[in-house]
Amino acid sequence: MSVRIYLAEDILTAYLSGELDHHVVRTIREEIDEAAERAHPAVLVLDFRDVTFMDSSGIGLVMGRYALMQELGGELKIENLPNHIKKVMRLAGLERLANMETGGVRK
Amino acid sequence: MKPLNEMKLSFPSKSANEAFARTAVAAFVAALDPTVDELTDIKTAVSEAVTNAIVHGYRESIQTIYITAAIYPDNRVVIRIRDKGCGIEDIQKAMEPLYTTSPEGERAGLGFAVMQSLCDKVKVTSRPGKGTTVTLTRTLTGRNG
Repeated sequence: MSVRIYLAEDILTAYLSGELDHHVVRTIREEIDEAAERAHPAVLVLDFRDVTFMDSSGIGLVMGRYALMQELGGELKIENLPNHIKKVMRLAGLERLANMETGGVRK
Repeated sequence: MKPLNEMKLSFPSKSANEAFARTAVAAFVAALDPTVDELTDIKTAVSEAVTNAIVHGYRESIQTIYITAAIYPDNRVVIRIRDKGCGIEDIQKAMEPLYTTSPEGERAGLGFAVMQSLCDKVKVTSRPGKGTTVTLTRTLTGRNG
């Protein structure tokens, strides 16, 4: 699991890749939060296109980043969800929290 | 009904083993020729149960997690994930969506909800101070079904 974080204008995008579970989520969370707190972006984008596995630890990650962006006065978007991940997110009702792009995966 | 095949697995409750556990169970279940979606469902449910054992059962101390799995001629998969940890006082409450005893760890409280939505049956037995067993049952349609 790794995360690459880019800032463009006031949009901070975190590209996640690999398997997202309880074991790796702490490091990922810390890296994203550090970047967001430094940049105070208007939008934080979590891009899931390269996430090959996710359990409810990923839901915790999204909920926590939603809370962080509320605090920073910004918006959270989740993009490029593969179907298996969409399934877990739907279960949590996350589409009500974050702006969830429902289209297919952009490659 | 006699199982077609069975396996047993035990490993220390290190979070690095979450990936090992779900991958090992998926490899075992592959004999039933599941679809990619079915395999993902099983991996996700196993990951939830193993994470619960690590985070809640053993409270992040390193002890042993036991998994047994069996596949049956009717394409049923039964997976049992067991810990000898602290146990659950109120199982019904623990299974409520969004209930978590670990919000500071950003646990969403959705582990059981995820297991229930991805399996046909989820059975939990637990005794405070003795441990918890989660039994997941799922019938696979498979590629030919």
